[in-house]
Amino acid sequence: MPVTDAAARARALYDARRTRTPIPPFTDDDPTLGMADGYAVQRELVDLLLADGDRIVGYKVGLTSEPMQKMIGVDSPDHGPVLASTVYRDGDEIPLSRFIAPKVEAEIVFVLGERLAGPGVTVTQARAALAGAVAGMEIVDSRIADWRIKLADTVADLASNGAVATSSRIVPVADLDTRLVGMTLTRNGELVDTGAGAAALGDPVAVVAWLANVLGENGVALEPGHLIMTGALHAAVPMTPGDVFRAEFDRLGAVTVRVGA
Amino acid sequence: MITISELAARLSKAVADRTAIGTLSDEFPELDIPTAYQVQRALRGAAGPLAGWKLGVTSRAKQKQVNISEPIYGFLPAAGALDLGEPLDTGAQIQPRCEPEIVFTLGRDLAGPHVTAADVVAASSGVTVGIEVLDSRYADYRFTMADVVADNTSAARYVVGAPVSPEGIDLRLVGVVLERNGKVVATASGAASLGHPAAAVAWLVRALAAEGEGLRAGEIVLSGGLTAAVPVGPGDVVVASIDRLGSLELACR
Repeated sequence: MPVTDAAARARALYDARRTRTPIPPFTDDDPTLGMADGYAVQRELVDLLLADGDRIVGYKVGLTSEPMQKMIGVDSPDHGPVLASTVYRDGDEIPLSRFIAPKVEAEIVFVLGERLAGPGVTVTQARAALAGAVAGMEIVDSRIADWRIKLADTVADLASNGAVATSSRIVPVADLDTRLVGMTLTRNGELVDTGAGAAALGDPVAVVAWLANVLGENGVALEPGHLIMTGALHAAVPMTPGDVFRAEFDRLGAVTVRVGA
Repeated sequence: MITISELAARLSKAVADRTAIGTLSDEFPELDIPTAYQVQRALRGAAGPLAGWKLGVTSRAKQKQVNISEPIYGFLPAAGALDLGEPLDTGAQIQPRCEPEIVFTLGRDLAGPHVTAADVVAASSGVTVGIEVLDSRYADYRFTMADVVADNTSAARYVVGAPVSPEGIDLRLVGVVLERNGKVVATASGAASLGHPAAAVAWLVRALAAEGEGLRAGEIVLSGGLTAAVPVGPGDVVVASIDRLGSLELACR
Protein backbone atom coordinates (compact mmCIF):
# COMPACT_ATOMS: atom_id res chain seq x y z
CA MET A 1 0.00 0.00 0.00
CA PRO A 2 1.49 3.37 -0.94
CA VAL A 3 2.37 5.68 1.93
CA THR A 4 0.94 9.12 1.46
CA ASP A 5 1.84 11.39 4.36
CA ALA A 6 5.11 12.63 5.80
CA ALA A 7 4.84 10.62 9.02
CA ALA A 8 4.18 7.37 7.17
CA ARG A 9 7.00 8.03 4.73
CA ALA A 10 9.35 8.78 7.61
CA ARG A 11 8.33 5.53 9.25
CA ALA A 12 9.04 3.64 6.01
CA LEU A 13 12.55 5.14 5.86
CA TYR A 14 13.06 4.45 9.57
CA ASP A 15 12.21 0.78 8.99
CA ALA A 16 14.40 0.66 5.88
CA ARG A 17 17.34 1.95 7.94
CA ARG A 18 16.66 -0.56 10.70
CA THR A 19 16.21 -3.60 8.44
CA ARG A 20 18.72 -2.49 5.72
CA THR A 21 15.98 -3.15 3.20
CA PRO A 22 15.56 -0.41 0.61
CA ILE A 23 12.17 0.95 -0.34
CA PRO A 24 10.86 2.22 -3.70
CA PRO A 25 11.17 5.97 -4.30
CA PHE A 26 8.26 8.00 -2.93
CA THR A 27 8.26 9.89 -6.22
CA ASP A 28 7.21 6.71 -8.03
CA ASP A 29 3.78 6.96 -6.38
CA ASP A 30 3.65 10.73 -6.37
CA PRO A 31 5.85 12.44 -8.98
CA THR A 32 4.68 15.84 -7.73
CA LEU A 33 6.67 15.54 -4.49
CA GLY A 34 9.22 18.34 -4.22
CA MET A 35 11.88 19.71 -1.94
CA ALA A 36 9.48 20.94 0.77
CA ASP A 37 7.82 17.51 0.90
CA GLY A 38 11.22 15.91 1.26
CA TYR A 39 12.19 18.11 4.21
CA ALA A 40 8.81 17.45 5.87
CA VAL A 41 9.61 13.72 5.79
CA GLN A 42 13.19 14.36 6.92
CA ARG A 43 11.97 16.25 10.00
CA GLU A 44 9.64 13.40 10.98
CA LEU A 45 12.42 10.86 10.43
CA VAL A 46 14.91 12.83 12.51
CA ASP A 47 12.35 12.99 15.34
CA LEU A 48 12.08 9.19 15.26
CA LEU A 49 15.87 8.77 15.34
CA LEU A 50 16.35 11.31 18.14
CA ALA A 51 13.63 9.57 20.14
CA ASP A 52 15.88 6.49 20.01
CA GLY A 53 18.60 8.49 21.76
CA ASP A 54 20.62 9.73 18.79
CA ARG A 55 21.96 13.31 18.64
CA ILE A 56 22.59 15.85 15.88
CA VAL A 57 26.31 16.66 15.80
CA GLY A 58 26.38 18.58 12.54
CA TYR A 59 25.09 18.65 8.99
CA LYS A 60 25.97 17.34 5.59
CA VAL A 61 25.37 19.35 2.48
CA GLY A 62 24.84 17.45 -0.75
CA LEU A 63 24.33 18.32 -4.40
CA THR A 64 27.08 20.94 -4.14
CA SER A 65 28.41 20.42 -7.65
CA GLU A 66 26.78 21.43 -10.90
CA PRO A 67 26.93 17.92 -12.43
CA MET A 68 25.11 16.47 -9.38
CA GLN A 69 22.55 19.28 -9.39
CA LYS A 70 21.89 18.72 -13.09
CA MET A 71 21.51 14.99 -12.52
CA ILE A 72 18.83 15.56 -9.87
CA GLY A 73 17.37 18.53 -11.71
CA VAL A 74 17.85 21.25 -9.10
CA ASP A 75 19.86 24.45 -8.85
CA SER A 76 20.66 24.36 -5.16
CA PRO A 77 22.26 21.95 -2.67
CA ASP A 78 20.34 19.95 -0.08
CA HIS A 79 21.14 19.12 3.54
CA GLY A 80 20.61 16.56 6.25
CA PRO A 81 21.77 16.08 9.83
CA VAL A 82 24.90 14.20 10.87
CA LEU A 83 23.92 11.86 13.70
CA ALA A 84 26.29 11.00 16.56
CA SER A 85 25.77 7.28 15.95
CA THR A 86 27.24 7.57 12.44
CA VAL A 87 30.52 9.34 13.26
CA TYR A 88 33.79 7.42 12.81
CA ARG A 89 37.35 8.45 13.54
CA ASP A 90 40.52 8.26 11.48
CA GLY A 91 41.69 4.63 11.31
CA ASP A 92 38.32 3.10 12.14
CA GLU A 93 36.82 0.10 10.44
CA ILE A 94 33.45 0.84 8.92
CA PRO A 95 31.27 -2.27 8.64
CA LEU A 96 29.53 -2.60 5.31
CA SER A 97 26.66 -4.38 7.06
CA ARG A 98 25.49 -1.02 8.43
CA PHE A 99 24.55 0.15 4.96
CA ILE A 100 22.50 -0.74 1.92
CA ALA A 101 24.43 0.63 -1.08
CA PRO A 102 27.26 2.71 0.37
CA LYS A 103 29.79 4.84 -1.51
CA VAL A 104 32.74 6.94 -0.33
CA GLU A 105 33.22 10.65 -0.92
CA ALA A 106 36.19 12.76 0.20
CA GLU A 107 35.07 16.09 1.63
CA ILE A 108 36.46 19.08 3.45
CA VAL A 109 34.77 19.15 6.87
CA PHE A 110 34.50 22.29 8.96
CA VAL A 111 34.12 22.49 12.71
CA LEU A 112 32.08 25.42 13.99
CA GLY A 113 33.79 27.62 16.56
CA GLU A 114 30.95 30.03 17.13
CA ARG A 115 27.19 29.89 16.77
CA LEU A 116 26.08 30.81 13.27
CA ALA A 117 22.45 31.67 12.62
CA GLY A 118 20.95 32.77 9.32
CA PRO A 119 19.40 34.38 7.41
CA GLY A 120 21.81 36.98 6.10
CA VAL A 121 25.04 35.07 6.82
CA THR A 122 27.82 36.02 4.38
CA VAL A 123 30.73 33.82 3.33
CA THR A 124 33.05 36.11 5.29
CA GLN A 125 30.94 35.73 8.44
CA ALA A 126 30.81 31.97 7.93
CA ARG A 127 34.60 31.81 7.67
CA ALA A 128 34.98 33.84 10.86
CA ALA A 129 32.69 31.44 12.74
CA LEU A 130 34.77 28.36 11.89
CA ALA A 131 37.16 26.80 14.39
CA GLY A 132 38.84 25.18 11.41
CA ALA A 133 38.81 22.28 9.00
CA VAL A 134 39.54 18.56 9.17
CA ALA A 135 40.03 15.86 6.54
CA GLY A 136 36.76 14.05 5.96
CA MET A 137 35.06 11.19 4.24
CA GLU A 138 31.36 10.73 3.91
CA ILE A 139 29.78 7.36 3.40
CA VAL A 140 26.71 8.12 1.36
CA ASP A 141 23.97 5.52 1.34
CA SER A 142 20.47 5.38 -0.03
CA ARG A 143 17.54 3.72 1.66
CA ILE A 144 15.82 4.11 -1.72
CA ALA A 145 16.29 1.06 -3.93
CA ASP A 146 19.18 1.22 -6.42
CA TRP A 147 19.84 4.92 -5.74
CA ARG A 148 16.82 5.62 -7.98
CA ILE A 149 16.33 8.98 -6.28
CA LYS A 150 14.64 12.18 -7.20
CA LEU A 151 15.07 15.32 -5.14
CA ALA A 152 12.23 14.65 -2.66
CA ASP A 153 13.46 11.07 -2.11
CA THR A 154 17.04 11.96 -1.24
CA VAL A 155 16.05 14.96 0.90
CA ALA A 156 13.63 12.78 2.89
CA ASP A 157 16.37 10.14 3.29
CA LEU A 158 18.67 12.50 5.27
CA ALA A 159 20.22 13.71 2.01
CA SER A 160 21.50 10.15 1.48
CA ASN A 161 23.91 10.45 4.41
CA GLY A 162 25.18 7.16 5.80
CA ALA A 163 28.17 7.91 8.01
CA VAL A 164 31.14 10.25 8.29
CA ALA A 165 34.79 9.82 9.23
CA THR A 166 37.10 12.70 10.05
CA SER A 167 40.63 13.40 11.19
CA SER A 168 40.93 14.99 14.61
CA ARG A 169 43.42 17.84 14.13
CA ILE A 170 41.46 21.01 13.51
CA VAL A 171 43.39 23.29 11.13
CA PRO A 172 42.52 27.00 11.26
CA VAL A 173 41.19 28.32 7.95
CA ALA A 174 41.46 32.08 8.41
CA ASP A 175 44.48 32.26 6.09
CA LEU A 176 43.56 29.30 3.91
CA ASP A 177 42.25 29.57 0.36
CA THR A 178 39.76 26.76 0.81
CA ARG A 179 38.93 26.81 -2.92
CA LEU A 180 42.40 25.60 -3.75
CA VAL A 181 42.89 22.89 -1.12
CA GLY A 182 43.85 19.83 -3.15
CA MET A 183 42.63 16.30 -2.41
CA THR A 184 43.68 12.79 -3.40
CA LEU A 185 41.57 9.71 -2.74
CA THR A 186 43.28 6.32 -2.81
CA ARG A 187 41.83 2.83 -2.50
CA ASN A 188 44.31 0.18 -1.37
CA GLY A 189 47.12 2.57 -2.25
CA GLU A 190 45.92 3.28 -5.78
CA LEU A 191 44.84 6.75 -6.79
CA VAL A 192 41.10 6.78 -7.45
CA ASP A 193 40.41 10.46 -7.95
CA THR A 194 41.59 13.97 -7.17
CA GLY A 195 39.84 17.27 -6.60
CA ALA A 196 40.01 20.68 -4.98
CA GLY A 197 37.79 22.63 -2.60
CA ALA A 198 36.20 24.69 -5.38
CA ALA A 199 34.28 21.58 -6.48
CA ALA A 200 31.94 22.28 -3.54
CA LEU A 201 29.80 25.24 -4.60
CA GLY A 202 32.88 27.15 -5.79
CA ASP A 203 34.19 27.38 -2.20
CA PRO A 204 33.42 25.05 0.71
CA VAL A 205 33.00 28.03 3.04
CA ALA A 206 30.14 29.20 0.78
CA VAL A 207 28.49 25.87 1.63
CA VAL A 208 28.52 26.80 5.33
CA ALA A 209 26.93 30.18 4.61
CA TRP A 210 24.30 28.55 2.41
CA LEU A 211 23.50 26.01 5.12
CA ALA A 212 23.29 28.61 7.90
CA ASN A 213 20.90 30.68 5.82
CA VAL A 214 18.64 27.77 4.85
CA LEU A 215 18.49 26.41 8.40
CA GLY A 216 17.93 29.95 9.67
CA GLU A 217 14.65 30.13 7.77
CA ASN A 218 13.38 27.48 10.19
CA GLY A 219 14.97 29.06 13.25
CA VAL A 220 17.74 26.47 13.41
CA ALA A 221 21.34 27.59 14.08
CA LEU A 222 24.71 25.95 13.61
CA GLU A 223 26.24 25.44 17.05
CA PRO A 224 29.87 25.43 18.26
CA GLY A 225 31.40 22.00 17.65
CA HIS A 226 29.04 21.12 14.83
CA LEU A 227 30.62 19.28 11.89
CA ILE A 228 29.77 20.62 8.45
CA MET A 229 30.32 18.15 5.60
CA THR A 230 30.73 20.44 2.61
CA GLY A 231 30.15 18.07 -0.28
CA ALA A 232 32.08 15.65 -2.46
CA LEU A 233 35.07 16.90 -4.44
CA HIS A 234 34.83 13.99 -6.93
CA ALA A 235 32.47 11.21 -8.08
CA ALA A 236 31.40 8.82 -5.28
CA VAL A 237 33.22 5.46 -5.14
CA PRO A 238 31.55 2.10 -4.28
CA MET A 239 32.98 0.15 -1.31
CA THR A 240 34.01 -3.51 -0.99
CA PRO A 241 34.94 -5.32 2.24
CA GLY A 242 38.70 -5.19 2.78
CA ASP A 243 39.12 -1.87 0.95
CA VAL A 244 41.25 0.77 2.64
CA PHE A 245 40.30 4.29 1.61
CA ARG A 246 42.52 7.26 2.33
CA ALA A 247 41.51 10.82 1.61
CA GLU A 248 44.40 13.26 1.90
CA PHE A 249 43.96 17.01 1.80
CA ASP A 250 46.68 19.58 1.30
CA ARG A 251 47.31 21.35 4.63
CA LEU A 252 44.57 19.39 6.44
CA GLY A 253 46.12 15.93 6.59
CA ALA A 254 44.49 12.61 5.86
CA VAL A 255 41.70 10.36 7.05
CA THR A 256 41.84 6.60 6.52
CA VAL A 257 39.08 4.02 6.93
CA ARG A 258 38.97 0.28 6.44
CA VAL A 259 35.84 -1.28 5.06
CA GLY A 260 34.67 -4.20 7.18
CA ALA A 261 32.22 -6.94 6.33
CA MET B 1 54.28 2.48 -49.37
CA ILE B 2 53.73 5.94 -47.90
CA THR B 3 56.73 7.63 -46.28
CA ILE B 4 57.10 9.19 -42.84
CA SER B 5 57.46 12.62 -44.40
CA GLU B 6 54.28 12.17 -46.41
CA LEU B 7 52.35 11.33 -43.23
CA ALA B 8 53.86 14.37 -41.50
CA ALA B 9 52.90 16.51 -44.49
CA ARG B 10 49.24 15.53 -44.12
CA LEU B 11 49.25 16.75 -40.52
CA SER B 12 51.09 19.97 -41.43
CA LYS B 13 48.57 20.62 -44.16
CA ALA B 14 45.70 20.17 -41.67
CA VAL B 15 47.30 22.86 -39.47
CA ALA B 16 47.82 25.19 -42.44
CA ASP B 17 44.27 24.62 -43.74
CA ARG B 18 42.75 24.80 -40.23
CA THR B 19 40.74 21.78 -41.27
CA ALA B 20 40.51 18.40 -39.57
CA ILE B 21 41.54 15.31 -41.50
CA GLY B 22 40.65 11.63 -41.28
CA THR B 23 42.92 9.57 -39.05
CA LEU B 24 46.15 8.18 -40.43
CA SER B 25 45.35 4.79 -38.87
CA ASP B 26 42.12 4.63 -40.80
CA GLU B 27 44.08 4.64 -44.03
CA PHE B 28 47.19 2.88 -42.73
CA PRO B 29 46.10 0.38 -40.07
CA GLU B 30 49.70 -0.78 -39.74
CA LEU B 31 50.70 2.60 -38.20
CA ASP B 32 52.16 1.71 -34.80
CA ILE B 33 53.38 3.91 -31.97
CA PRO B 34 57.13 3.74 -32.85
CA THR B 35 56.32 4.77 -36.42
CA ALA B 36 54.04 7.49 -35.09
CA TYR B 37 56.94 8.92 -33.04
CA GLN B 38 58.96 9.01 -36.30
CA VAL B 39 56.20 11.10 -37.86
CA GLN B 40 56.25 13.36 -34.80
CA ARG B 41 60.05 13.69 -35.11
CA ALA B 42 59.65 14.76 -38.72
CA LEU B 43 57.22 17.47 -37.58
CA ARG B 44 59.66 18.51 -34.86
CA GLY B 45 62.45 18.86 -37.42
CA ALA B 46 60.35 21.40 -39.31
CA ALA B 47 58.96 23.27 -36.28
CA GLY B 48 61.78 25.71 -35.61
CA PRO B 49 63.28 26.32 -32.16
CA LEU B 50 62.04 24.02 -29.41
CA ALA B 51 60.70 25.45 -26.11
CA GLY B 52 60.30 22.09 -24.43
CA TRP B 53 58.07 19.05 -24.13
CA LYS B 54 54.62 17.95 -23.09
CA LEU B 55 53.00 14.82 -21.77
CA GLY B 56 49.70 13.24 -22.67
CA VAL B 57 47.49 10.48 -21.28
CA THR B 58 49.00 10.89 -17.81
CA SER B 59 45.79 9.94 -16.01
CA ARG B 60 45.75 6.29 -14.93
CA ALA B 61 42.00 6.18 -15.49
CA LYS B 62 42.44 7.50 -19.03
CA GLN B 63 45.26 4.99 -19.65
CA LYS B 64 42.96 2.14 -18.66
CA GLN B 65 40.23 3.56 -20.90
CA VAL B 66 42.46 3.55 -23.98
CA ASN B 67 44.27 0.38 -22.90
CA ILE B 68 47.83 1.66 -22.59
CA SER B 69 50.11 1.49 -19.57
CA GLU B 70 52.24 4.61 -20.03
CA PRO B 71 51.85 8.22 -21.12
CA ILE B 72 52.79 9.69 -24.49
CA TYR B 73 54.88 12.78 -25.21
CA GLY B 74 55.10 15.59 -27.71
CA PHE B 75 57.23 18.66 -28.33
CA LEU B 76 56.54 22.36 -27.81
CA PRO B 77 57.69 24.68 -30.57
CA ALA B 78 58.78 28.08 -29.24
CA ALA B 79 56.36 29.57 -31.75
CA GLY B 80 53.43 27.90 -29.94
CA ALA B 81 53.81 30.02 -26.81
CA LEU B 82 51.18 32.61 -25.99
CA ASP B 83 52.50 35.43 -23.86
CA LEU B 84 50.82 36.35 -20.58
CA GLY B 85 47.68 38.34 -21.39
CA GLU B 86 47.78 37.45 -25.07
CA PRO B 87 44.41 36.20 -26.27
CA LEU B 88 43.97 32.92 -28.11
CA ASP B 89 42.84 33.36 -31.71
CA THR B 90 40.42 30.45 -31.93
CA GLY B 91 39.95 31.15 -35.64
CA ALA B 92 43.53 30.02 -36.18
CA GLN B 93 42.72 26.66 -34.60
CA ILE B 94 40.54 23.75 -35.69
CA GLN B 95 38.80 22.65 -32.45
CA PRO B 96 40.68 24.12 -29.50
CA ARG B 97 40.37 22.75 -25.95
CA CYS B 98 42.08 24.00 -22.79
CA GLU B 99 43.47 22.12 -19.82
CA PRO B 100 45.39 23.15 -16.69
CA GLU B 101 48.92 21.85 -16.21
CA ILE B 102 51.82 22.06 -13.81
CA VAL B 103 54.81 23.33 -15.77
CA PHE B 104 58.45 22.61 -14.92
CA THR B 105 61.37 24.78 -15.99
CA LEU B 106 64.64 22.88 -16.17
CA GLY B 107 67.54 24.58 -14.36
CA ARG B 108 70.05 22.17 -15.85
CA ASP B 109 70.25 19.39 -18.41
CA LEU B 110 68.57 16.16 -17.35
CA ALA B 111 68.91 12.88 -19.20
CA GLY B 112 69.21 9.18 -18.54
CA PRO B 113 67.32 5.93 -18.27
CA HIS B 114 67.03 5.91 -14.47
CA VAL B 115 65.84 9.44 -13.71
CA THR B 116 63.21 9.62 -10.94
CA ALA B 117 60.73 12.26 -9.75
CA ALA B 118 63.20 13.43 -7.10
CA ASP B 119 65.83 14.04 -9.81
CA VAL B 120 63.29 16.08 -11.76
CA VAL B 121 62.47 18.29 -8.78
CA ALA B 122 66.19 18.76 -8.04
CA ALA B 123 66.92 19.71 -11.67
CA SER B 124 64.01 22.16 -11.91
CA SER B 125 64.64 25.84 -11.35
CA GLY B 126 60.94 26.54 -11.15
CA VAL B 127 57.38 25.26 -11.36
CA THR B 128 54.28 27.15 -12.36
CA VAL B 129 50.73 26.98 -13.67
CA GLY B 130 50.12 26.56 -17.38
CA ILE B 131 47.20 26.30 -19.77
CA GLU B 132 47.68 24.05 -22.72
CA VAL B 133 45.53 24.65 -25.78
CA LEU B 134 45.01 21.34 -27.52
CA ASP B 135 43.87 21.20 -31.13
CA SER B 136 43.59 17.75 -32.62
CA ARG B 137 44.08 17.66 -36.35
CA TYR B 138 41.63 14.74 -36.47
CA ALA B 139 37.89 15.34 -36.61
CA ASP B 140 36.18 15.36 -33.18
CA TYR B 141 39.33 14.20 -31.35
CA ARG B 142 38.69 10.65 -32.51
CA PHE B 143 41.98 8.85 -32.95
CA THR B 144 44.10 5.86 -31.95
CA MET B 145 47.13 6.29 -29.68
CA ALA B 146 49.40 6.03 -32.76
CA ASP B 147 47.36 8.75 -34.50
CA VAL B 148 47.64 11.16 -31.58
CA VAL B 149 51.37 10.50 -31.13
CA ALA B 150 51.93 11.29 -34.82
CA ASP B 151 49.84 14.45 -34.35
CA ASN B 152 52.29 15.66 -31.67
CA THR B 153 49.76 14.69 -28.95
CA SER B 154 47.30 17.36 -30.18
CA ALA B 155 49.70 20.13 -29.09
CA ALA B 156 48.85 23.60 -30.40
CA ARG B 157 49.39 26.63 -28.13
CA TYR B 158 50.31 27.11 -24.47
CA VAL B 159 50.69 29.82 -21.90
CA VAL B 160 52.90 29.53 -18.86
CA GLY B 161 52.92 31.60 -15.65
CA ALA B 162 55.88 33.00 -13.73
CA PRO B 163 57.84 30.13 -12.14
CA VAL B 164 58.27 29.75 -8.39
CA SER B 165 60.78 27.56 -6.58
CA PRO B 166 59.59 23.96 -6.24
CA GLU B 167 61.18 23.76 -2.80
CA GLY B 168 58.74 22.86 -0.06
CA ILE B 169 55.77 22.37 -2.40
CA ASP B 170 54.06 18.98 -2.43
CA LEU B 171 53.03 19.03 -6.08
CA ARG B 172 50.96 15.89 -5.52
CA LEU B 173 48.50 17.70 -3.27
CA VAL B 174 48.27 21.20 -4.75
CA GLY B 175 44.67 22.00 -5.61
CA VAL B 176 43.79 22.72 -9.24
CA VAL B 177 40.71 24.64 -10.37
CA LEU B 178 39.65 25.22 -13.97
CA GLU B 179 37.03 27.85 -14.64
CA ARG B 180 35.38 28.88 -17.88
CA ASN B 181 33.47 32.14 -17.96
CA GLY B 182 33.49 32.38 -14.17
CA LYS B 183 32.16 28.88 -13.53
CA VAL B 184 34.14 26.03 -12.00
CA VAL B 185 34.25 23.33 -14.68
CA ALA B 186 36.70 20.92 -13.07
CA THR B 187 38.96 20.47 -10.06
CA ALA B 188 41.87 18.15 -9.34
CA SER B 189 45.11 17.93 -7.44
CA GLY B 190 48.60 17.50 -8.85
CA ALA B 191 48.40 13.74 -8.33
CA ALA B 192 46.04 13.55 -11.32
CA SER B 193 49.15 13.40 -13.51
CA LEU B 194 50.63 9.93 -12.98
CA GLY B 195 50.34 10.20 -9.18
CA HIS B 196 52.84 13.08 -9.10
CA PRO B 197 53.62 15.53 -11.91
CA ALA B 198 57.39 15.14 -11.35
CA ALA B 199 56.95 11.38 -11.89
CA ALA B 200 55.37 12.18 -15.25
CA VAL B 201 58.38 14.33 -16.20
CA ALA B 202 60.73 11.56 -15.01
CA TRP B 203 58.90 9.15 -17.31
CA LEU B 204 59.47 11.61 -20.17
CA VAL B 205 63.20 11.79 -19.45
CA ARG B 206 63.45 7.99 -19.44
CA ALA B 207 61.45 7.77 -22.68
CA LEU B 208 63.69 10.38 -24.31
CA ALA B 209 66.77 8.52 -23.07
CA ALA B 210 65.72 5.52 -25.13
CA GLU B 211 66.03 7.80 -28.17
CA GLY B 212 69.37 9.21 -27.05
CA GLU B 213 67.74 12.52 -26.14
CA GLY B 214 67.18 14.47 -22.95
CA LEU B 215 65.94 17.70 -21.42
CA ARG B 216 68.09 20.82 -21.69
CA ALA B 217 68.49 23.67 -19.21
CA GLY B 218 65.86 26.32 -19.86
CA GLU B 219 63.38 23.95 -21.47
CA ILE B 220 59.87 23.69 -20.07
CA VAL B 221 57.77 20.58 -19.62
CA LEU B 222 53.98 20.59 -19.49
CA SER B 223 53.53 17.64 -17.16
CA GLY B 224 50.09 16.47 -18.26
CA GLY B 225 46.51 17.74 -18.24
CA LEU B 226 45.11 17.62 -14.70
CA THR B 227 41.43 17.77 -15.68
CA ALA B 228 39.43 16.93 -18.76
CA ALA B 229 40.07 19.52 -21.48
CA VAL B 230 37.29 22.05 -22.02
CA PRO B 231 36.32 23.20 -25.52
CA VAL B 232 36.68 26.95 -26.07
CA GLY B 233 35.33 29.39 -28.65
CA PRO B 234 35.38 33.12 -29.27
CA GLY B 235 34.44 35.10 -26.15
CA ASP B 236 35.33 32.36 -23.69
CA VAL B 237 37.63 33.14 -20.79
CA VAL B 238 39.49 30.28 -19.14
CA VAL B 239 41.14 30.59 -15.73
CA ALA B 240 43.49 27.95 -14.34
CA SER B 241 44.46 28.25 -10.66
CA ILE B 242 46.92 26.02 -8.89
CA ASP B 243 47.53 26.40 -5.17
CA ARG B 244 50.96 27.87 -4.39
CA LEU B 245 51.78 28.24 -8.10
CA GLY B 246 49.38 30.97 -9.14
CA SER B 247 46.60 31.65 -11.65
CA LEU B 248 46.44 32.24 -15.39
CA GLU B 249 43.63 33.82 -17.37
CA LEU B 250 43.28 33.10 -21.07
CA ALA B 251 40.85 35.07 -23.21
CA CYS B 252 39.65 33.56 -26.47
CA ARG B 253 38.90 35.64 -29.53
